Amino acid sequence: MDIIVCVKHVPETAEAEIAIHSSGKGIKTEDLIFDINEWDDYAIEEAILMKEKLGGTVTVITVGPEDAEKTLRKCLAKGADKAIRLTDNAFEGSDAYATAKILHKAIKDLPFNLILTGTQASDDGYAQVGVILAELLGIPHATMVKKIELKEGFARVNRELEGGLEQVMEVKLPAMLAVQTGINEPRYVSIMGIRKAREKELKVLGLGDLGLKEEEVGASGSWITVEGMFIPPVEKAAEILTGGPDEIAAKIVETLKARGLV
Amino acid sequence: MTELFVLAEHRRGELRDVTFEMLTKARGLSQKTNLDLTAVLLGQNVKEIAKKLADQAKKVLVVDDARLKDFNAEAYQKVLSHLISEHKPLLTLVGHTAFGIDLAPSLATELNVPLATDCIDVDFEGEKPIVVRQVYGGKVNVKASLRTSKSYIVTLRPATFEVQEAKPLGGEILEIPSPLKEDIPYKKFVEYYETPAGEVDITAADILVSVGRGIKDAENLPMIQKLAEILGAVLSCSRPIVDKGWLPSDRQVGTSGKTVKPKLYLAVGISGAFQHVSGMKNSDLVIAINKDSKAPIFRAADYGVVEDLFKVVPALTNKILEVKKSS
Repeated sequence: MDIIVCVKHVPETAEAEIAIHSSGKGIKTEDLIFDINEWDDYAIEEAILMKEKLGGTVTVITVGPEDAEKTLRKCLAKGADKAIRLTDNAFEGSDAYATAKILHKAIKDLPFNLILTGTQASDDGYAQVGVILAELLGIPHATMVKKIELKEGFARVNRELEGGLEQVMEVKLPAMLAVQTGINEPRYVSIMGIRKAREKELKVLGLGDLGLKEEEVGASGSWITVEGMFIPPVEKAAEILTGGPDEIAAKIVETLKARGLV
Repeated sequence: MTELFVLAEHRRGELRDVTFEMLTKARGLSQKTNLDLTAVLLGQNVKEIAKKLADQAKKVLVVDDARLKDFNAEAYQKVLSHLISEHKPLLTLVGHTAFGIDLAPSLATELNVPLATDCIDVDFEGEKPIVVRQVYGGKVNVKASLRTSKSYIVTLRPATFEVQEAKPLGGEILEIPSPLKEDIPYKKFVEYYETPAGEVDITAADILVSVGRGIKDAENLPMIQKLAEILGAVLSCSRPIVDKGWLPSDRQVGTSGKTVKPKLYLAVGISGAFQHVSGMKNSDLVIAINKDSKAPIFRAADYGVVEDLFKVVPALTNKILEVKKSS
């Protein structure tokens, strides 16, 4: 089983304060910690579990600046065999469509049975790249995948629908499967893994290596142009209860009392 | 006249809410831009559903085929690429759901039509759509434009547009012969799988204490559990807690979990991604505790506490105990 895993190096924003960059078209990232996109962490885990069971190789691939090698190294330390980083000044401003085109050029001549990625990224949340890539490669796909069973020539997958319902599908291989969080328990990186990762191959490829033209990628090769970013307007603001923890607790209890909830 | 397509989403014989939300949005757009509103319905034996759509659109295009009975992106894409190529709608709206996420990106790629996904608003500037999306877990909004084209696809976030009743439009129902000629070779729908019901029904609780990523470690759960017990509440949670295996999936509030409407929803360390908020926003009273003042949960809460939950939760537990003892 040869598996390619597409990952993204993203800023962790769930617990961080976010400010808009002076360009008005991005956020300030200097103080943010970057790591593997949460969904992709489940994808790399799923790939390594399959490799441990069935043998084969896991190749991890990303589009991103040098800093993104941290995420690739992390995947290598977890057990991936090879890594590829796709980078070029011309890739700046690529949306999901342009990103998928870059990945397509890098992947189309590689041997693989399966491509795994996360259903979406925690930063821009397009939930598009994997599916566009599958269409460009001419292979079937399934997204929101919560369970994968590999069979002879196909994968039996559970797709997560709304309200606790799942849809079981059979998808012919080779295929692209975009996983949901919770599909497995991503492992931590071991010291031994980090040491081994240093020896593993990490290839860097650019526009020319991939046979791409400048107008196919970056802003000119994208579907979407960001016109502006702003902090969402507050339509219904919560009344903020202030004070020390005990004062706040007292205020909450007053509110609950008034409503007969305590 | 140029059309505006709304792709009807249905499951097991029922139209999904997102369909009506899209139709509401589309009615406004079609009036503004002079586009004909067309609902597109793919399925098998969907006459009753078609009638419901006819009230809300000028035209309903129906493709009835056994291969379209349950959602299969491969079959749906084949039919839709045919319909869009024939009708050339200026805009096709699809729900940003498990259905739309699986369908829209490959459809747009095949047709070479620009796509914007997970939009919370869409409008036209001239003939060009302008969309609003949320990024970074709902902390930032993006206004974006799409590359100039003759046709566009936009997926709309569910539970974002309030459904408004319209006077019945009495739209014409047009049955189109299925363009599916051959088999669907790559993807097969097998069955639905219902996650087994757990021991606890969080939808029946009057008070929910709901916990999120902010508790950092499973070791901290008992602290929240204690608060819930003292409040006479049931413990629920947001998705990351289930993903990590700290609580079973029957405790999950949100799009992929349960929709709840308790008298009190106390959100502890929950940031408030839209998937979560859409599952609890109709609660009578929402109090949120989160140390990040910008957390989207505060937009869905009546009262907010911007503080470290590890300080507030024990203080609150003690205060309630005090009150209970004295009464």
